[in-house]
Amino acid sequence: MIAEAGHYALVLGLGLALIQSTVPLLGARWRDVALMNVARSTAIAQLIFVAASFAALVTLHVSSDFSVVNVFENSHSMKPLIYKITGVWGNHEGSMLLWVSILALFGGLVAIFGNNLPLSLRAHVLAVQAWVASAFYLFILITSNPFLRIANPPIEGRDLNPVLQDIGLAVHPPMLYLGYVGFSISFSFAIAALIEGRIDAAWARWVRPWTLMAWIFLTLGIAMGSYWAYYELGWGGWWFWDPVENASLMPWLAGTALLHSLVVMEKRNALKVWTILLSILTFSLSLLGTFLVRSGVLTSVHAFATDPTRGVFILLILCVFIGGSLSLYAWRASALKQGGLFAPISREGALVLNNLFLTSACATVFVGTLYPLALEVITGDKISVGAPFFNLTFGPLFLPLMIAVPFGPLLAWKRGDLLGAAQRLTGAGVAALVAVAVLWAWTRGGSAFAPLAIGLAVFVIAGALSDLAERIGLFRVPLGTAVWRARGMPRSSWGTVFAHAGLGVALIGIVCETTWNSEYIGSMKISDVASIAGYELRLDDVKQRQGPNYREMIAQFSARLDGRLLDTMTPSKRTFTTRGATTTEAALLTHGASQLYISLGDTAGDGAIAVRIYHKPFVLLIWFGPVLMAFGGMLSLSDRRLRVGAPKPAKSLRGLQAAE
Amino acid sequence: MKRILSCVFAIAVLAGSPARAVQPDEIMSDPAKELRARDLSRELRCMVCQNQSIDDSEAPLARDLRLLVRERIAAGDSDAQVLDFLVARYGEFVLLKPRLNPHTWLLWLLPPLALAGGGLALWSHGRRRSRSSSVAEAAATLTPDEEARLTALMSGDVSPEKPA
Repeated sequence: MIAEAGHYALVLGLGLALIQSTVPLLGARWRDVALMNVARSTAIAQLIFVAASFAALVTLHVSSDFSVVNVFENSHSMKPLIYKITGVWGNHEGSMLLWVSILALFGGLVAIFGNNLPLSLRAHVLAVQAWVASAFYLFILITSNPFLRIANPPIEGRDLNPVLQDIGLAVHPPMLYLGYVGFSISFSFAIAALIEGRIDAAWARWVRPWTLMAWIFLTLGIAMGSYWAYYELGWGGWWFWDPVENASLMPWLAGTALLHSLVVMEKRNALKVWTILLSILTFSLSLLGTFLVRSGVLTSVHAFATDPTRGVFILLILCVFIGGSLSLYAWRASALKQGGLFAPISREGALVLNNLFLTSACATVFVGTLYPLALEVITGDKISVGAPFFNLTFGPLFLPLMIAVPFGPLLAWKRGDLLGAAQRLTGAGVAALVAVAVLWAWTRGGSAFAPLAIGLAVFVIAGALSDLAERIGLFRVPLGTAVWRARGMPRSSWGTVFAHAGLGVALIGIVCETTWNSEYIGSMKISDVASIAGYELRLDDVKQRQGPNYREMIAQFSARLDGRLLDTMTPSKRTFTTRGATTTEAALLTHGASQLYISLGDTAGDGAIAVRIYHKPFVLLIWFGPVLMAFGGMLSLSDRRLRVGAPKPAKSLRGLQAAE
Repeated sequence: MKRILSCVFAIAVLAGSPARAVQPDEIMSDPAKELRARDLSRELRCMVCQNQSIDDSEAPLARDLRLLVRERIAAGDSDAQVLDFLVARYGEFVLLKPRLNPHTWLLWLLPPLALAGGGLALWSHGRRRSRSSSVAEAAATLTPDEEARLTALMSGDVSPEKPA
């Protein structure tokens, strides 16, 4: 009954989306306010029905209704409640339902909070949202229905993939999808602007908060996923340049570029045509990511060819939306008027440079991810493109960008003074040089790369702080005045400081972890001691334990630093009975920003356990950086200017709306 | 990260092979050679896995390849010789960093070309804009009438707007 209700709610959602994708457009054409307002009610109703559908699937999973295929294949009655809930999106059908739920959520939010939008713009935006939604409802209903029943219900389910039975699954996919799908809003705004043939600074002001929100979620989602992989997969890696990861990195790079170009558009009314293109590209990359992950094309081109229904359907959606939007762009972009002139050395110029490097980096990830697929389809040759390729190509594009980061905020709009900016960055430059020199002396002529890269990171962080000091006039005015100015500084400027500093912090973590990571691989018996990076780890005990749906071997280590006991660490290995699979639960010991990491391997016949121990210096900074960036984003989002919304143009249609 | 989701597909490979990446018994006695083996392992793909290097992978095939790499190093091969040996045996697919050849020109050249092409486009666009801007600026100067109104506004004849 619940399954049928959920299925039916989804069908109704499709019906509403179809109405929403057509009626408001006619309304905008005929200037009919009632028809345009249909978009608002259908978007809200759609949200309600899709939420009901999603709630139905959650209920089925929680109540372990194994007469539903999706529950049977991905759940187990003994599974802890949290994993019964997160298991909803730990599979193809459920994750697609989460995808459309979030799409409906964003549509609903625009409908609810979009009161200050011009009526026709809102109608267009919501109609475009509904096109995307309709396509994905159809995809779910035709190829990936999560509500299918089994004729003879089994008593027990097949359990969720053990790797996914982790708190990471509760946070990572929803965050990532909030990011991915959030970019649909900027896409819809871009298409609406192209249809209307009108775009101005106010447009950028409306789009920016939505883009920023999506970007924050995507940043946190990627960072969260990286940390999850780090502790769950058992070999301490945190970024693998896997196509699935690249699929999320590409929209992030394009979205970051978009955020910056939106600033130019909002402040200076320039880069309009480019911003529109970037909005389209960012969401296209999100769609591409969905295609890569959901079609199975990554596993192998042949697997994709043998069961192509899903893949071909998403590919079709991809072609229609990307092809359609780019055609519309080619046709209409010339109608948009260019504005806002600027000299090459200016804030605008710096942001253009940012866009150039970010899009080039994005293109690099794009070609590296898709080239092997394309080559195999065209010539049948198989090649691999992995981490060594990306490290070699992506790094040289990203590092110069970081040199430019501190200069951007210090340049004036329209015509900047590079020399003046450089002078104001003297302090940051000196800090960077000191860092390089100290590290150089400390490593005593090791690789030159690490001190230089950390120097760069210090430059970025100190540059962000110089920007802050410059704005509040620190050391130039009395401290009280500076504090007063700091409190009065727009939150979006604070946001820039934090986000840019976060970039530097992440780089420090990345460089330290990759350069000074130490590793111990060995067989240990009880009371054996392993030494690594000054720490001593003694294997005290090995125990067996029965979990709710797994058996577990737990090893207990005591970690000592200079003879002083720090803590005990308990890595374990779980064997899941239903799937017969094992997972490693690494033990982490945080000491400052560094971590000790233990993961267990096989047990030999004589009782010795293969153990891998890592010391990862400053590894936590890798994720603290993105958290700082996201925090900067949130500060910027809470800026009064953005929260209040754009000034309302005195359009005749506005008069017909109810007063707020 | 999202690779975890892709484990849904890879689980068939992972299941039943609880061995983890480099095993204690694989390690070479000479630390310098072991370091070379590890560096090479990171460049080599475990061919039955999804985009994992043999250094990371726990599949039995990866173990075989790791042992093979160490065997070649022990036999006195240079790094390039080890790679050549593996490519001769398993094809280019085994390399995570593809070699530059006509098949991969586009792959290797696109990143620098994207940057150079983008820069060039910006430069030519900027030149065109600045040439046309002098005309636009002339058109954008104020008429005497507007000048007068502006002066009136600036001198404060009109009461300023209340701050929001």
